[in-house]
Amino acid sequence: MLSWWKHAARIVATILLGGLLGATLLRTAPGFGIDNEELDPRLNHASVVALRQNQPGGNLLSFYFHHLSRLVHGDLGTSRTFERPVSQLLRERAPETLKLVGLGLLVGWALALALALPAVMVRSRSMDLCTSVLSGILLCLPAALLGLLFVLTRAPVRLVLALIIFPKVFRYSRSLLARSASMPHVLTARAKGLSQLRILLWHVLPTAAPQLLALAGVSVSLAFAAAIPVEALCDLPGIGQLAWKAALGRDLYLLVNLTMIVTTVTLLANSAADLLAQSLTVNP
Amino acid sequence: MMKSALTIAILLLASVVTACLFANFLTSSTYAHQFRDIPDSPPSHQHLLGTDDLGRDRFSRVLYGTRVSLLLAPAAALLSSLLAAVIGGIAGFAGGWTTRLVMAITDLFLSLPWLLLLITVRALMPLNVSPITSVIITFALLGCLGWAAAARVVCADARSLAQSDFVLLARASGAGGFRLLFRHVLPNLRPILFAQFWISVPVFILTEANLGILGLGVAEPLPSWGSLLRELENYSSLTAGPWQFVPLVLLIAVVSCFQIVLHKQELPV
Repeated sequence: MLSWWKHAARIVATILLGGLLGATLLRTAPGFGIDNEELDPRLNHASVVALRQNQPGGNLLSFYFHHLSRLVHGDLGTSRTFERPVSQLLRERAPETLKLVGLGLLVGWALALALALPAVMVRSRSMDLCTSVLSGILLCLPAALLGLLFVLTRAPVRLVLALIIFPKVFRYSRSLLARSASMPHVLTARAKGLSQLRILLWHVLPTAAPQLLALAGVSVSLAFAAAIPVEALCDLPGIGQLAWKAALGRDLYLLVNLTMIVTTVTLLANSAADLLAQSLTVNP
Repeated sequence: MMKSALTIAILLLASVVTACLFANFLTSSTYAHQFRDIPDSPPSHQHLLGTDDLGRDRFSRVLYGTRVSLLLAPAAALLSSLLAAVIGGIAGFAGGWTTRLVMAITDLFLSLPWLLLLITVRALMPLNVSPITSVIITFALLGCLGWAAAARVVCADARSLAQSDFVLLARASGAGGFRLLFRHVLPNLRPILFAQFWISVPVFILTEANLGILGLGVAEPLPSWGSLLRELENYSSLTAGPWQFVPLVLLIAVVSCFQIVLHKQELPV
């Protein structure tokens, strides 16, 4: 129970720190506190002063608390590029990203485990070489380039994320499973003549499960980061494409809010994985 | 077999680095010179990889782009390793609240999606920066944002060093905190920092390529692997003009070489 509270406190502290970082970025950005309307030559000095008084100001901490109270009330501000509320834009685009990330994680993990498990259990040199070369080549390709190649070859672009997740998950899970398979209790089980399936399900997987869960948490963060170039280049209308357009349009309100939201999702995924891993930790 | 792969990897890396360092002697034109009569030309004796849509020699751009990516990624890796050494070393050595606070900041940086943070900070930069400034900003940002994972490892190592016998002995001999940290703890972190440095280099090369393809990396006309790969966006089919894929092949070859070297040193790639 204490561990749950510790995790919750850590998440809240990290989000508050992240909020401070975001507010600092906004506060120190060039053009902060200046409205485009100020450039209107028809406005006199009094009007410009009145416009400036409407802009958020004060020192960094007061700006941060103002920013935080708005976030708590669900007001994420208005996007300068799209001239629409950020929350509305997020509601429209979140399903596309969730679909892309979900499918990418599912297929990437399935592919990685489907190749890592036989590689560890069968221990064939040729299979090890083939899978190492395949994952090695995929590791050398930037996510944006992989997306571009999928567009050029007219391949299903929703599978790009799977190929980005696969090599990282495959390499780590293979080494975790190999370490687990070489432990003394597994050797004893082998010597006793237990079947490969039983050894895998009863002795290898449970030992590696906590680390595999931690890897699952990390892969969520990887998937969200890779979704930006993939959505931008494959023209998928998700949060990643929104972030890219916001960066090109220097829309900092939108970018900082997106960063905060994705950070919160990543933190929650990592904490859930940590808690699950703690509850699954076994002593062989 | 692994030994011969390592030899090939080191030889290939050495030849690519040498070629990009002597790019001035290997090419007849600079990366920005435009041959306006022959835009989009196929390979010829004058232009080994043809010219791009602005008539610039592609071979020259590949060599200069390789120089930018291959020389500045290690510089960014050095910066991030130094930051990790200072932050992680102090956090591990000090203990208590300092460690907890630094680890909370490290957690935050590890939770932030790198690319999102990079494009956010990149969007903060003025629009009228020169190409040289843009390349320095891009790689400096990579170095400043990439310290977190390494700092965590360094912190754990520094903590165990701080509790080791030789540090206890030095403390008993009257050595102060500053001297203990800089004379006894940080020098012993060198192997782990060296490993973190080599792990960061290919990561930074790929991140710059991602930023470049998205148009948020090094500014034109200065080439980098990212901006060179961006040309593929205008490419209609995979069979016409295969010479345009040379930057891609070079990127895969160089990052693979780094991976082979890291694998041989048994570092977690």
